[in-house]
Formats: sequence, structure tokens, C-alpha cells
Amino acid sequence: MTRQQSLWEFVVQQSDKLWSQTVAHVGLTCVSLVIAVMIGLPLGIWIARKDRLAWAVLGIAGVLQTIPSIALLGFLIPALGIGSLPAITALFLYALLPIIRNTYTGIRQVDPAVTEAARALGMNYWQVLFGVELPLALPVILAGVRTAAVINVGVATLAAYIAAGGLGEFIFGGIALNNTNMILAGAIPAALLAILIDQLLALVQKINLRKARLLLVVMPVLMLTLSGFYLIPIADVKLLGGFTPEFMGREDGYLGLKSKYKLNIPTVVISDAVMYKAAFEKKLDVISGYSTDGRLKAYDLITLKDDQHIFPPYYASPLIRREILEKYPELQPAIDQLAGQITDSVMTELNYKVDYLKASPEKVAADFLRSRGLFKEPRNGNKGQVRLGSKIFAEQYILISMYKILIEGNTELKTVSRTGLGGTKICFDALANNEIDMYPEYTGTGLLVILKPTPRQIQEVSSDPEKAFAFVQKEFEKEYRMQWLKPIGFNNAYALMMRKEQAQSLHINTITDLKNYLANDQPPH
Amino acid sequence: MIRASHISKQYGDVEAVRDISFEVKEGETLVLLGTSGCGKTTTLKMMNRLIEASSGTIEIDGKDIFTENPEQLRRTIGYVSQNNGLFPHFTVRENIGIVPKLLKWEQSEITRHTDRLLEQLRLPVREFASKYPDELSGGQKQRVAVARALIANPPVLLMDEPFGALDPVTRANLRQEFRELPELKRKTIVLVTHDVQEAFELGDHIAVMDKGRIVQSGTARQLLFNPANSFVSSFFDHQRLFLELNAFTFHDIWDSLPPEKVIGSGAVSADLSLWEGMQQLGAGQTELSVKRENEIRLVSQTLIFQSFNNYKNTR
Repeated sequence: MTRQQSLWEFVVQQSDKLWSQTVAHVGLTCVSLVIAVMIGLPLGIWIARKDRLAWAVLGIAGVLQTIPSIALLGFLIPALGIGSLPAITALFLYALLPIIRNTYTGIRQVDPAVTEAARALGMNYWQVLFGVELPLALPVILAGVRTAAVINVGVATLAAYIAAGGLGEFIFGGIALNNTNMILAGAIPAALLAILIDQLLALVQKINLRKARLLLVVMPVLMLTLSGFYLIPIADVKLLGGFTPEFMGREDGYLGLKSKYKLNIPTVVISDAVMYKAAFEKKLDVISGYSTDGRLKAYDLITLKDDQHIFPPYYASPLIRREILEKYPELQPAIDQLAGQITDSVMTELNYKVDYLKASPEKVAADFLRSRGLFKEPRNGNKGQVRLGSKIFAEQYILISMYKILIEGNTELKTVSRTGLGGTKICFDALANNEIDMYPEYTGTGLLVILKPTPRQIQEVSSDPEKAFAFVQKEFEKEYRMQWLKPIGFNNAYALMMRKEQAQSLHINTITDLKNYLANDQPPH
Repeated sequence: MIRASHISKQYGDVEAVRDISFEVKEGETLVLLGTSGCGKTTTLKMMNRLIEASSGTIEIDGKDIFTENPEQLRRTIGYVSQNNGLFPHFTVRENIGIVPKLLKWEQSEITRHTDRLLEQLRLPVREFASKYPDELSGGQKQRVAVARALIANPPVLLMDEPFGALDPVTRANLRQEFRELPELKRKTIVLVTHDVQEAFELGDHIAVMDKGRIVQSGTARQLLFNPANSFVSSFFDHQRLFLELNAFTFHDIWDSLPPEKVIGSGAVSADLSLWEGMQQLGAGQTELSVKRENEIRLVSQTLIFQSFNNYKNTR
């Protein structure tokens, strides 16, 4: 193994990316904050005068606040697509509640004797509002803006899931790639940004109340300036690539595309969950998918042939702790019943049923096992318990549902499922820390993400699936006391995908075709 | 001059003020006296349209206030409320300068007027002009509020329990000061209070209000000795003796006092109220000489009481 790169080296090496992500992050936060202030402030003032509406408006804003951020992004994608628009919308919705609520509270807590006196002295509505109510409510309003800003810095990391950029690209890439430096390179600036913005606003808040009038001018100007960073328009591109954070950082992913194919394509980072749909809706042209993904079929995409073999084989196998195999020897025969049963096309079909036809993974698993004569009713034994983990995508859910049926039908063991363990790193760590007993893993992932061998070793093993499997099996046994059981059969490798109709019209069948198309035919300026 | 005719204020089914009429002559002070919830503050706030009357007319110096722009109107009417309503984010000087600023006076003019008023109200400019309201005592705040109401020299002044939030000592002092303030001598004033003593001290006329109506209006003496009904008389009952002694001066009982030849030094004026005379006697003195033109009367506490009772009985 080569020497581990230090965090500093990583930051220096990636400083361009880090800078652009930070700018995007600040931009997202500020744009959404400015919009939230522009809408939330008048709304707060308005409901401060209409008590009956106050609970309704605050209630709606409160409900928006409770929607988990990733779910809110999910809701917005069908309506607004991907990129900065849904990201800013989501952040705006999150920032709204603290701003409306604090404006409302701030205005309401102004001593009525003071506003009455103001009116009695002959000030009109706007003079009372700007001369008395807003200056007196300002500290409370600013506290709300501060809360909103900190929330937004945090939530803005999720923008990386929908191709809106920001420091989430490093954070999620790092989690997916088991690269601590990458996680920290995203997380530390995000945390610093939150502290910085919070302290900056705290400073503004502490400035003498009496100078508040000046602040009403300075604040918006400052915010708009910061927002400007983000709103610089991006040049029009002919083909746009959308890759997952994981793919972006992998040698057998984007890095390999660049070094081996010399592929040069403008890219955005996007979550696997929305990527296929975005491609289908022509928001993206080239995506990094998995070759057995059901959505491939659902969205009429085709995979480009990897004619230079940069994507190593990704045969799926159950990865299991050796202790549990030794403890319950009957476990392995039960699990091995699935070995060799599922081909690529079968897996794509099963995934399609779950991803697109919305069948439950449990039902799809049971139906499949029935069709192969492997289904047995659970024995409801209580000899012990096996904890099954999975990453968060359909294929893994289907596989662990199958293992659940096989284990409970063929042994006296019970199973518990820990689904939704995120990416490779979380699953692997859970397994290493004895929090789960097994999960389905892919040889290529085990090889490249967890073992991280030298490039020469990769070269040696990745061309041949058998060799790769043997290598991974041996190393895991030695390093982690984990066992790779027999492969299930299919190869869920990385693949570049395009819309079938577009690929055909451009005559792109292989990645080399794609590279040539991009290299020869620069978009006109 | 203020003339209110048949004004009423309704909130839904509740009639807060019912068919009230009164007149305040130029330079006079009308006190609206009553218990809380009687409608006196509502009546006051209708004068500058902080509350819009449901019906009736109000004229100030012959002009119907309902035809005027409310903001313009209010700039010509001074207003002092119980809880001073000073802007916490404005200095004393800025607070006083609010109306002139709305009226677009020159800044130097505003400063000149402000500083003159501050000195008159015993708030030295150097010490107080740049202070904020939260740095002032209750009495000082109330003085600033009065200055703020007076700065643009409005002919009419509305005061809602102006001394209500102060302790009794400060209240009495401020009232005294207030009576002597030359600025206020020429103003037409409507003042709201629930304090009978304050009403008698400051009011040329007093209107006693109950349940949204004026029950009786007149001078202090008329109210004391010819109450229109039991509500009015009960209003004064628990401090009747004090109020009556306060309402009479030595002029009233002069004829029943025995004449005295000796002209002593330190005689007090017959303009003094009997209560004030009693106060002087209470302070260790057994006899007090009272002077009217070149006559002198020598009085004791007993003598004052006797003459006072005689006078009351013979009226």
C-alpha cells in the first residue's frame, strides 16, 4: 500500500475544487437567505397585524421545516428538476420559518405604548414601521436570520445530491469512497462557514441598537454581493455529464475516464437517486450508472461499451463475518443456495420491478425464490440471530430479502434487517464493528474502495473476474476476518449511460465514441 | 377651543362611549375623571383620532377634525400618555425632536427649541440631551414626554393619566411643576385621570364619567357640594374632608374669623386653601396669621374647623 495522503496534501491538490465548492456553498446559502428575508420579512410583518392568519402562516412554515431535507429535495425534483433551482427553493423553504417567526415575534414585542405614541405624534404607517417597529424588532429578526443562515449552511451540503454543487460533493464523495480526507475537506469548511456566518451575524446583532438604521442598508447589500458569486451564469454546454460523488473520486470512475480515455466532459455531481430521471428528462446527457439498475430499462437508457476496460468487474457476493459462520455452520449452505442464480438481465428485471413498478423488495424476492423452487416458509426458530445489512438501493434490499427467506426457511436462525446503511463505508464499518453480520458487496468495491491496492495490483487482477474475486477473498480473510461467499452471478459494474435515442442519433456506442464526439466537435461560442 | 357633540364609540355590541358632549374653552383644562373602564381614555383618544368615533362631531378651533388628515391633525395636538411612550432607540433630544422633524423644521431650530424646553423642565441639556430613555428615572421620562408633546407649540394638549405611573411624591412634585409651567398656561388641555385630587388640582372643569357617559360636569365645588347622584358623591366619600378643605380658601371663611389688630410678620395669603393652612399648623405651629389686603386674622386648627363647619352649614 502506498503512503496515506495527508489532509493538507489533499486540500492542496484539490484546492480548485474546494474553492469552487465553497463559493457555490456560500452562494447557495446567501441566495436562499436573501430570498427568504425578502419574502419572510414582509410576511412576518403582515401576520403580526393579522392575528388570525398568524397561526396558519406559522403552521405552514413549521410543517415545511419538519420535512426531512432529503425528502424535500425529492419532492422538488419532479417540479423543478435538478440543479440550483430546486436546491435554492429547498433552502429558502427551510430559512422561511425562523425568519417569519422572529419577525412576527419581534414586531409583536414592541411596546404598544411606543407605537401608539408614534402614531399620536403624527407618524404615518410607514414611518411607524421603519422608524419604530423594525428598528426595535431588529435584534430579534436578526436572531432569526442567524438561525436560518446556520440551518442553510448545513442543509446546503445536500445540494450536492441534485447537481447544485457545494461542499456536499466532498462530504458525500468521501463517505462513498471511504476517504476520510475528502470527508474532512468538505466537512471542516462547511463547519467553519457555519461558525463564520453565525459570528458575522452575531456581530451585526450586537452592534448598538441605535445604529440599527444603518444596518438595514448594509445587510442586504452584503448579502446580495455574496449571492452574486453563485449567480454568475454557467456557459452553455453540448453534453452534460452527471456523476455520483462516489464515481467522481474513483480511479475506476471519473478519474479513469479522464486518464485513460482522455474524456473531457463538463460535469455536475448528483445523487444516484435522481440521476436516471434527470437523464431521462434531458437535464443530463451522460450519467454514471450501474449496469443492472432497473431504471436503465425504465428510462430507456443504454450503456456505453467500456472498450478500454477501466471498470473492473463488480460481482455481487455476500460479505460475512467469519465468527458468525463458525458459530452457525448451517448458515453458509442456506446462503449459498442463491449462488449463481441471478444473471445481469435477471437482476435488471428485478430492480426494474422495485424501482419503477414500485413492487416491494420483499415480494419481488419471494416471487423470484418461488420461481426457482427455493422458497420455504420461515421456521420461526430461535437458535440465534443474524443481522443483515444493506446499502440504500433496491438491489441490496432485494438481495437481503432473499437471504432473509433462505436463512429463516432453512435454519433455526432469525434475522433482523438493518437496511439503509448508506454507502460502502457505512456498511463495511458496521460489519467490521460487529454491528451487522453480513451484507451484499461487490468485488470491485471491495477491491478498490476498501483494500485500495497499488495500481499495479489493480492492473493485474481487474481484467479477470476470477482473479479479482480470489484476490479480494484472500485479502479480506487476512485483514478483516471476513469471508466472501460464492458470487450470486451478476456483474453490477459501473457503466456510462446515455439516452438510447440520443446515443443512436450521435452514433455513440462506446466510451471512445463519446470522447471523439466531444473532442472533435466543440460547441460553438 | 374644543367642542365635542354627541360622540359615541361602539365595539361590536359594546358601547364604550355613549353620546358624550362637552366644550373646553381656550386656555382651560377639562379633566375626565372616572374609574377604569368608564370610557375616559377612549374619549380622549377620539380627540386626535387614535380611535375613530362611531358617531358625533368634534371640532378643534372651529375645524371638524374628521375632515382632516389624521397624521397632520396629530402633529398639531400634543399627546402625553401614562407610560410615556418614549422611543427606546432615540436619545432624549431625538425623542423631543420627533414632531418638528415630521414638520420638517431646520435641525438647528429643533435643537434650539429642544434645549430651551429641557432647561425649563429642569433637565440640564448637557446632562440629559444625549441620554436614552432607559437611563432616566420615571419622573424624568415623564418630563421628556411632556416636552415632546409641547415642542411644536400645539394649541391643544391631550394627557392620559400623565402622572399615573409615578410614585406619590414624584407625582405631587411633578404636578406642582406642571401647574407652574408657563408653556402650559395658555394651552387648551383635556386630561384623563382616576385621581380625584389630581382632577381638582389641575382641572378648571371636571367631567365625571361612568359607563361611557358623563354623569356630571362642573367645578370641583359644584361636584363636591351638589353631586348629581350617589355615584358622584360616592366618588369623593373616602377623602371628602381633605377634598373640601382643599376646595376652600381663607377668603371663604374670612368673615367668621375674629379680627386681629397686631400685624405680625410672616403672615400667609388668604389665597391659601384651608388644607394648606392646616398643613402649616400641623408643623409644630399652634397659630397662623393670615393676611388679606391690610387685614389680619389669627387662626388655629380648631378655629379653621369651626368656621369651615359653620360655613358649610349656612350655605
